[in-house]
Amino acid sequence: MSIPLLTLLGRMTLAFLEAIGAVSAFAFHAVRQAVQPPWYRRQILRQIMEIGYYSLPVVGLTAIFTGMVLALQSYTGFARFSAESAIPNVVVVSLTRELGPVLAGLMVAGRVGAAMAAEIGTMRVTEQIDALTTLSTDPFKYLVVPRLIAGIVTLPFLVLVADIIGILGGYLVGVYKLDFNDTAYLRNTLDFLQFQDVFSGLVKASVFGFLITLMGCYHGYTSKGGAQGVGMATTNAVVSASILILTFNYFITEAFFAR
Amino acid sequence: MPSSKISLHGVTKSFGPKKVLQGIDLEVAPGESMVVIGGSGTGKSVLLKCILGLLEPNTGSIRIDGEETTDLTRHDRARVMRKFGMLFQGGALFDSLRVWENVAFGPIQSDGMPVEQARQVATAKLGAVGLGPEIGELFPSELSGGMQKRVALARAIAREPEIIFFDEPTTGLDPIMADVINDLIVKCVSDLGATAISITHDMASARKIGHRVGMLHEGRLVWQGPMADIDRSGNPYVDQFIHGHAEGPIRMQVRKL
Repeated sequence: MSIPLLTLLGRMTLAFLEAIGAVSAFAFHAVRQAVQPPWYRRQILRQIMEIGYYSLPVVGLTAIFTGMVLALQSYTGFARFSAESAIPNVVVVSLTRELGPVLAGLMVAGRVGAAMAAEIGTMRVTEQIDALTTLSTDPFKYLVVPRLIAGIVTLPFLVLVADIIGILGGYLVGVYKLDFNDTAYLRNTLDFLQFQDVFSGLVKASVFGFLITLMGCYHGYTSKGGAQGVGMATTNAVVSASILILTFNYFITEAFFAR
Repeated sequence: MPSSKISLHGVTKSFGPKKVLQGIDLEVAPGESMVVIGGSGTGKSVLLKCILGLLEPNTGSIRIDGEETTDLTRHDRARVMRKFGMLFQGGALFDSLRVWENVAFGPIQSDGMPVEQARQVATAKLGAVGLGPEIGELFPSELSGGMQKRVALARAIAREPEIIFFDEPTTGLDPIMADVINDLIVKCVSDLGATAISITHDMASARKIGHRVGMLHEGRLVWQGPMADIDRSGNPYVDQFIHGHAEGPIRMQVRKL
C-alpha cells in the first residue's frame, strides 16, 4: 500500500521538477531573445494596447470597489478604538503596496493570460507557428518576446491607474458616506503616502506582468492536441500565473519591508 | 555543383518508442516534382518537417544544395529557410491578419520589403492563384476551404522560393476544387522553376503534380520511380495503395467487429 503511494509521490515530484525546469528554460530563452534585435515594434504596441488599454475597465472597476470596501471595513473596525482618522492611511498604504498590484495582476492574469494561452495554443495546433518558421520568422521573437515586453512595461501603468482609482473609491466612501472632511481626508492620504509604497507596488506590477505573460506564452506555446489541449493550456496559464503572483508578492514584500 | 537539390541519407526519427522514420534515402533533382504517397500515420508529414528543420532527425543526413542542414545554427537555418515555401494541410493562415497581410508576411517581416510594395506583390500572387484584389481585404475565416488553400498557395510562392512543399494539398476539397488546386500547383511550380515535394494520399492529385513518386510505408520508402511507372511498379504495397484494396500487405490497425 505504501509503495504505490511512494511511487506516486515520486512521480509527482519528478513531474513538478521537470515542469519547473521547462518553464525556467523557456523564460531564460525568452529573456535572451528579448535583449537581441530584431524587435517587432508593431507587435509590441499591439500587445501594449491589448494588455493595458483593454484591461482598464476591469482593473478600474476592481480598484474602485476595493477602495470603497476597504474604507468601509476599516471604519467598522477602527471606530471601536476611535481611530477613524487612520482610514485614509490604511486605504492608501493597502492599495499601493498590496491590493493594487495583486488584484490588478490577478484580473489581468484572468483576462490576458488566458487569451494569450488560447491564441498561441490555437496557433500551435493549427500549424501557424510552423508556418512562421517556414516564412523565416522566429516564432519566439514574433509571438513571445513582444508579449513579455508589453507585460513588463504595461502592468506598472495599469497598477498606477488602479491605485488612483482605488484611492478615489476610498475617498468617495469616506467623504460621502462616513462624513469625513474632504480636505482632511486628502491631506491624511498624501501625508502618509511614501515613495516606497508606490515604488514597491510598481516593481511588483512589473514582475507580475512578466509572470502573467510568461505563463500565457509558455502554456500556449507548449500546448498539444486539439481543442482540449488549448483549453487545458488556458486553465493552466491562469492558475499558474495566479499562484506565482501570490508567491512572488510575499517575497517582494519581504525584500522591501522586512526588518 | 550538387546534382541533387534535396538529398536525404539514412534519416531516422522516433517519438519515444515509436519509430516513425526508419532510414529514409531520397534524392530530388533541381526542378523536379516529387510526390510521396502513403497511408495515414506512415510518417509523411514528419519527413517534410525533418527536411524543413521543424523536427530534428535522430540520425542521418539532410542536404539542401549540398549543404548539411541537420546541425545548422539559428542564423544559418533562417538563411536556408529563405529557399523554402510551404503549403500546409490546413492552410495555417494567420487568422488575426487580413488575406493580403498573410501573403505579404514573408516579404515584409523576413525580407524587409516596404509595406506598399509587399501589398502589390500580394495582390499579384493572389491574382496568380485566381483571386481578385478584393479578397485581400478579407480575413481567412471569411473564406471557403478552397479559397483558403489558394491563399496559402499564394503565401507559399510570395517569396519565389526555390523549393516548395505541399502537405496534403487537396485534402478536404471537392474533386473539382482539388483539380483547380492541382492545376495551380503545376503552374506555380513550373513558372518558378522550383523543386517540389508533395505528400498526399490522393492518387489523382499525385498523378497530376508529380514527375516522380515514392511510397512510404511504416517509415520506409518501399518503392520510388517515375510517375509513369507507378501502374507497373510490381511492388505489392504500391499496387494495393493505388487501387485502394483492403486486402494486401498493408494491414490497417482496426479491430474486427
